[in-house]
Amino acid sequence: MQTESEPIATKSSLQADRGETRASIAIADVTFGYEDRTFGLHIPHLAIHPGEKIALVGASGGGKTTLLHLLSGILTPNSGSIRVEDLDLAQLSEAERRRYRISSVGFVFQNFELVEYLNVLDNILHPYRLNPALKLDKRVRSRAAELAMQMGIQDKLKRNIQKLSQGEKQRVAICRALLPQPRIILADEATGNLDPANKRRILKILFEYVETHQSCLVAATHDHELLPDFDRAIDLETFHADLSALNVRSR
Amino acid sequence: MTVTHSFYLAWKYLNFNRLKTATLIACITLVSSLPLALNLLLSASEEQLMSRAKVTPSLVGSKGSDLDLAINTLYFASEPPDPITMASVREIEESDLALPIPIATQFLARGFPIVGTTLDYFNFRELSLASGTRFGVIGDAVLGADVARSLGLTPGDSLVSSPETVFDLGGVYPLKMNVVGVLDRTYTADDRAVFVDIKTTWVIQGIGHGHQDLAQPDAEELVLEREGNEIVANAQLPQYTEITPENLASFHFHGSTDTFPITAIIAVPPDRKSAAILQGRYEVTDAPLQFVNSPQVIEELLIEIFKIRNLLNLVFFLVIAATLLAIALIFNLSLRLRQSEIQTSFKLGCSRGAIVQLIAAEIAVILVVSGGLSAIVTVGVSHLKQDITRTLIS
Repeated sequence: MQTESEPIATKSSLQADRGETRASIAIADVTFGYEDRTFGLHIPHLAIHPGEKIALVGASGGGKTTLLHLLSGILTPNSGSIRVEDLDLAQLSEAERRRYRISSVGFVFQNFELVEYLNVLDNILHPYRLNPALKLDKRVRSRAAELAMQMGIQDKLKRNIQKLSQGEKQRVAICRALLPQPRIILADEATGNLDPANKRRILKILFEYVETHQSCLVAATHDHELLPDFDRAIDLETFHADLSALNVRSR
Repeated sequence: MTVTHSFYLAWKYLNFNRLKTATLIACITLVSSLPLALNLLLSASEEQLMSRAKVTPSLVGSKGSDLDLAINTLYFASEPPDPITMASVREIEESDLALPIPIATQFLARGFPIVGTTLDYFNFRELSLASGTRFGVIGDAVLGADVARSLGLTPGDSLVSSPETVFDLGGVYPLKMNVVGVLDRTYTADDRAVFVDIKTTWVIQGIGHGHQDLAQPDAEELVLEREGNEIVANAQLPQYTEITPENLASFHFHGSTDTFPITAIIAVPPDRKSAAILQGRYEVTDAPLQFVNSPQVIEELLIEIFKIRNLLNLVFFLVIAATLLAIALIFNLSLRLRQSEIQTSFKLGCSRGAIVQLIAAEIAVILVVSGGLSAIVTVGVSHLKQDITRTLIS
């Protein structure tokens, strides 16, 4: 594991050709800032290769979540380009970015962000009901059941979400993120609320998926104990910039 | 988001928040069905009140409230008017201007009005029997359809009149009456009445009674005083409280029938001219009785009801507006509470349009269920409006 701002070749990226799902993120000269602040992000160059597991570190409010939102297309940069394989996210329309997000990005949130009125199975299938880009059919349902089995929650599929433990909830959230077989997994403090045993377990599940599918994982974390498990750690402070000096209009 | 998925999620949300959903549905059902149901009931009441008044246009009774006289004589409701005497019946009969049908409604039997009348009433109202026969002797009772159903009585059973006052020793004592017939349902006030011969009401009132024959030698100990043919009984003389074939002959009335009380007379004139002449007789200033043109009286009542209906409609409009505002507020607050869910859906790849579609589906489900319930309530009220109206009028 290395901590740096520039990409390097890793063991997993060298093995990328063997995977089914290929992922490659290329960020070039991206700037982003919010309207009320002159302070923002400037990422001259960042490449994330298939099979890579990247940890984003830095102080709270340092831009970790912003970078995840840029990678998922929730936010668009002020300048520069973010390419995911052959897609330039900045060039996509709002609807195209939503389609990209629902089908190519698996988002895991710190507070799980599960829907309280749906049971476990319906929560896992939820993305398929939100956007017609994903078709809910028998194959998807059987894949959901398989994922639930891998996560050890197969006997809780009909259970109300509020009756689950924290660890179980996070596993449901991961099932939901992985079901569409995303090319990128974005985890925003995904293990922040969990005990050490559950943290390791969740990371192991995510890492296995990344290695199996040759996708890539970008995880924002405060937990420095976990950093050795990642291929790389990127300190967001290295991307901090005064946007007014760069003559970039913030949004 | 497909329509199926949005309705599926809407159903899951509404089912999870059952109490809130049920409250919303109840509110919408009430505000949508209540004005409609009430208007239906008011229309039915107006129709029912007027139709009975139209077929019974001429009433004669004591001077006083013409509305009370009409309501009591037509629907056997409200306090009976001051009594008049049978002499008035005889006078109308002798004038040949109308067929007089006496009505006496002072008494009740288990909550239902006892209507003392003659068999002419059955012919006039064209009442037919579902079972049994019309009353033949004093003590016989013919029940309206609702009375028979409500009390579970059939011909052969008996029914006791209600005592007027428990502590009035010289007052009205209960009389056990024999049910001899049950009328077919008419959907009028007749369904909720107990019809007896006019003489039976006089027996209930104590004007007529039956007791042991004091002229017989074995009644000697009951005699207080004997003066020629006049025999005065002492306080030990028991009076019969039930009329049986054995004691029927002992029942008798003291005094002239002309002085016996009734509450009103339904006058059935053969033509308009006779009706006009009869009415004229009672419109002289010193006439002790009044002639009531019931359609006119009921129409005046309906005008008042119409004013109340307009007022009610205004109140309902305000209540509906307030309820809709409250519902809008609930939805607004609910949306604020669901901001986190909405944000997550957006982060996952859901459009704002899909969120709107989901909320619209929830509103649609609530409106459809409320609309369905409202339709059921309205159809139910429409189906039962005659019964409900009759109960309300009674």
